[in-house]
Amino acid sequence: MGDDLHLPIAADVDVVQARQRGRELAAGAGFSTGDQTVIAAAISEIARNILNYAKRGEILLRVVTNGDHQGLVVVARDQGPGIPDVARALQDGYSTSGGLGLGLPGAKRLMDDFDVVSNVGQGTVVTMTKWRRLT
Amino acid sequence: MEVPILKQGHYLIASIQSALTDADLSQLREALIERVGRYRARGVIVDVTALDVMDSFAVRTLRDIAHMARLRGSETVIVGIQPEVAFAMVQLGLTLKGVATALDLEEGLTFLDQQTKARLEERRPPTGRLPRG
Repeated sequence: MGDDLHLPIAADVDVVQARQRGRELAAGAGFSTGDQTVIAAAISEIARNILNYAKRGEILLRVVTNGDHQGLVVVARDQGPGIPDVARALQDGYSTSGGLGLGLPGAKRLMDDFDVVSNVGQGTVVTMTKWRRLT
Repeated sequence: MEVPILKQGHYLIASIQSALTDADLSQLREALIERVGRYRARGVIVDVTALDVMDSFAVRTLRDIAHMARLRGSETVIVGIQPEVAFAMVQLGLTLKGVATALDLEEGLTFLDQQTKARLEERRPPTGRLPRG
């Protein structure tokens, strides 16, 4: 996995940077412009979640192949306070930061695979993938 | 990056040129609301044609701009949302409910002309039909 892109998230410029790098990587891997936008929007939401809840963290981007499908994997990792109730955090409109509460559920709708592992006091890892069929 | 705000007649036009950070968006909101008063603007156009993604913060800020400008007596119209951006917004659950949108700058100007004309007519005292007697 030497191709992983590590992007630190500690300020709002990093959110913009992360979604732009995600879009570039998706474009390079052959994703449609529609999918590139969807991936960029999902990265933007979870990168902002890192800022809002954990102050800092990182985003990893990688391209994987599974049979005749290619995937763009986004991992968002932080050592913040963690999410006490992940199921609730995945519901539309639930927010503890004064936001719209669309970050996690919205990103989940945008991507194909979506997984959240969170431990209170230790941090959160969100892993999400967008797939495309190789032609 | 600061967003240039142009004054054209009774309208303010903010043309977003490149990707904006959350701080840039908040700055745009403050600047527009202040200028609505300074220039006595009747309408605000925010051109987002150059934005290749709109996330929940961007949408919330645009909605805030429209609602705040309305409280200051000015109508806002968001123009230039790209097709892929619209698709991703709907997936995210972002709707811009209660905010006027138009395809491009030209349509936005037409919309504002209609809105402000309608407002002026509302203010005008009724003519014709004077009570007889």
